[in-house]
Amino acid sequence: MTVFIIRRLMQSAIVVFVMSFLVFGGVNIVGDPVEMMVSDEADQEERERVIKSMGLDKPWYIQYGKFVTNALQGDLGNSFVYGEPALQIIVQRMPATFELAFVSLLMSIIIGIPFGVWAGLFPERFSSKLIMSGSIVGFSLPTFWVGLMMIMVFAVMLGWLPSTGRGDTVIVFGMELSFFTPDGLSHIFLPALNLALFNTSLVIRLTRAGVREAIHMDYIKFARAKGLSYRRVIMVHLMKNIMIPVVTVLGLEFGGLIAFSVVTETVFAWPGMGKLIIESIQNLDRPIIVAYLMIIVLVFVVINLVVDILYSILDPRVRLQDVSS
Amino acid sequence: MYLRKSLKLGVAAAVLAAVMPLSAANADGKITIGLGSEPTSIDPHFHNLGPNNQIAQHIFSRLVEQDEKQRLSPGLAESWKAINETTWEFKLRKDVKFHDGSAFNADDVMFTMKRAPAHPNARSSFKLYSHGGGKVYKKIDDYTIQVTTPRPYPLMATDLSTIHIVSNEIGDETWEGEFNNGKAAIGTGPYKLVRWIKGEVLQLSRYDDYHGEKPEWSVVEIKPIKSAPSRLAALLAGDVDFIDSVPTVDIARLKKDPNLSLSQGVSNRVIYLHLDQHRDVAPYTTAKDGSEIKNPFKDVRVRRAISKAINRDLIIDRVMEGVAIKAGQLLPEGFFGRSDKLMPEEYDAAGAKKLLSEAGYPDGFKTTLFGPNDRYINDAKIVEAIAQMLSRIGIDTTPETMPKSVYFKRAKNRGPEKPPEFGFVLVGWGSGTGEPSSPLKSLLATYNKDKGYGSSNRGLHANPKMDAVLEEALASVDDDKRAKLLAKATEIGVGEDVGIIPLHYQVNTWAAKKGLTYVARTDERTLAMGISSK
Repeated sequence: MTVFIIRRLMQSAIVVFVMSFLVFGGVNIVGDPVEMMVSDEADQEERERVIKSMGLDKPWYIQYGKFVTNALQGDLGNSFVYGEPALQIIVQRMPATFELAFVSLLMSIIIGIPFGVWAGLFPERFSSKLIMSGSIVGFSLPTFWVGLMMIMVFAVMLGWLPSTGRGDTVIVFGMELSFFTPDGLSHIFLPALNLALFNTSLVIRLTRAGVREAIHMDYIKFARAKGLSYRRVIMVHLMKNIMIPVVTVLGLEFGGLIAFSVVTETVFAWPGMGKLIIESIQNLDRPIIVAYLMIIVLVFVVINLVVDILYSILDPRVRLQDVSS
Repeated sequence: MYLRKSLKLGVAAAVLAAVMPLSAANADGKITIGLGSEPTSIDPHFHNLGPNNQIAQHIFSRLVEQDEKQRLSPGLAESWKAINETTWEFKLRKDVKFHDGSAFNADDVMFTMKRAPAHPNARSSFKLYSHGGGKVYKKIDDYTIQVTTPRPYPLMATDLSTIHIVSNEIGDETWEGEFNNGKAAIGTGPYKLVRWIKGEVLQLSRYDDYHGEKPEWSVVEIKPIKSAPSRLAALLAGDVDFIDSVPTVDIARLKKDPNLSLSQGVSNRVIYLHLDQHRDVAPYTTAKDGSEIKNPFKDVRVRRAISKAINRDLIIDRVMEGVAIKAGQLLPEGFFGRSDKLMPEEYDAAGAKKLLSEAGYPDGFKTTLFGPNDRYINDAKIVEAIAQMLSRIGIDTTPETMPKSVYFKRAKNRGPEKPPEFGFVLVGWGSGTGEPSSPLKSLLATYNKDKGYGSSNRGLHANPKMDAVLEEALASVDDDKRAKLLAKATEIGVGEDVGIIPLHYQVNTWAAKKGLTYVARTDERTLAMGISSK
């Protein structure tokens, strides 16, 4: 297992390196950050000074060389827009995004699994059909629209919840988190639900399919024949066996929630990384884009690793090893 | 499109609900503002950019202030005058204290004028204003500053009205980081910075020893909400009391909402077309059969024909929902140095066709009009409308729009040797100084790197006659004479030459809860000081 993890980490280092090259090259093709940045009234001399101060007067391979040298020392460059270290700006936004993704994932599990099991056990009931049609709606409605409608209904019309922004925070383990305060919870509810909608539908469908398949298996019949309670058959024997695809998908989706909660964060003015990245792309803030994508690659690598380890816990048949070819 | 549909539904729903929670936020002297933009720093010398200057104006003061119509008024300097052709003297106020209690005097001004142009990380420095024209600062006594220039320099007070004064006690090597965390953000302005969390909130509290008129609100919270429908929803939900940049599509409906009040005013931003007047063959421009032709835009008759073919009233009525004012020159009415003679070109398709025939294009030609799609109000829709109007007089025009991040690189002008990739573009220009010398210098003057002229002259318009009048204006200390010369330069560049084709001036809209009023500003800024509940 240790060898497996070490080898995985080495592979990830290569992935991160290749990624940095592709992203750095890519962002350098698009647009001209100086034109985006300078005041309209700036004259030619001022424009040249700004180009120089951001190091853009050098050819791209020298810029890249400098970037790699600095990156190896943990410095991913300074944001073009804010002038502060890119890494620091991203890390400041991280708690907001992580807590949003976490709450949203929790919601999709809490809502998705019971509904999915219900729909799998009693596929002919009207309630199950309702759940399944609901999940299609969850899949197909665009996040942007649903988010705005939620704001309209719960914030504007009913006035139950705040429309935008993040609530009061408290410092937990050195991070500013908002879901331990009542104000924070009321702020996080709508964006998290909005973000959870797609995944909830996904979990419902996966769980239902798993239940439908597993329910006819011999081991379930045997467990029933053994005289185990209905409850134990479902909660232990059935659940354990349908969890593998659900965990895989949720693991990957968690990465997606962190990396691409762009739309939800924009609609709810949630001060997280997604809002930061979309603004940075619009403003051509190259150092932030590069640093952000490298962090996201790392997040995905770690999540995949955790998922692999979870497999081996859930299913003893899975052994952690590399496929030797 | 989801966006608009949902808003229609949503706004209708909000009106139906009608029982909006009228928040008590105003009673305790606190106001929450939702803004579409966010500053990149609190350091007033880091980035000469609208959103930054608007926040800086809360915390810092300037020697000379600009009022809501960008007219100059005394700030930290109680008076100023030219004591000879090349020397200006500024008398400073004696009763001003910084937020940390230290007294303001000439040393702070000297320090600021040294710091502003030399900021090592500045994304756009104030050097053009602090040292443009070769300014040299001299402290006469604690409350008198003299500024000399090699040649007469009439724009002295205008230039200094852009620079925020910081305290010399922050020290020489203190840059944006110390401002952003609040340590060095010490000004003499009406508000003190409480804290700034990027992307989340900016909190200000009233400075009770402020030397000017005290603002009404004791606590101000500014939240960046970039998405326009969300910003509006936050106002409707009562989470914020005031928002800026209301989208034009919603204005008509919001006007009917009994719980809101709107405030509108023309801005200093003109939207215009620039055409290639330099190259022999214009890019993306061919005969109708696709064969190469010589650059038609070089002929002033073609430029005028294009201007005549554009129905400005229709664009304002349909595309801008009535929220814009048609333009015939660089600045709207009421500004210094404006021409009385230049009127917006009237729509005249027949006249345009005739001019085209005279210029040798009776059948027209083919071209592409480029524009950004996320920079100005309704920019992409304007480009599409104009393309249709031009096609009607025989100039087959393809509209092509793109995000500003891509657009401004390709539309960049680096002089006659490296002209922009496009030959026909839609752009906008806001005049930060509130008079036409800046657009004349940047948009219409002949490209000249040494003088700093023509840096945004994307059509490479060049007319020595206009340059001469402009230079004479820039050396005339007498206000009346300078105003006349600037008007004359505009008449040559925009009137005779059609160096640019002005379309309209943008009108900005702010929305507030019922009972609040805002004095609309031509510089597009949103200031807590301007919001009142009376």
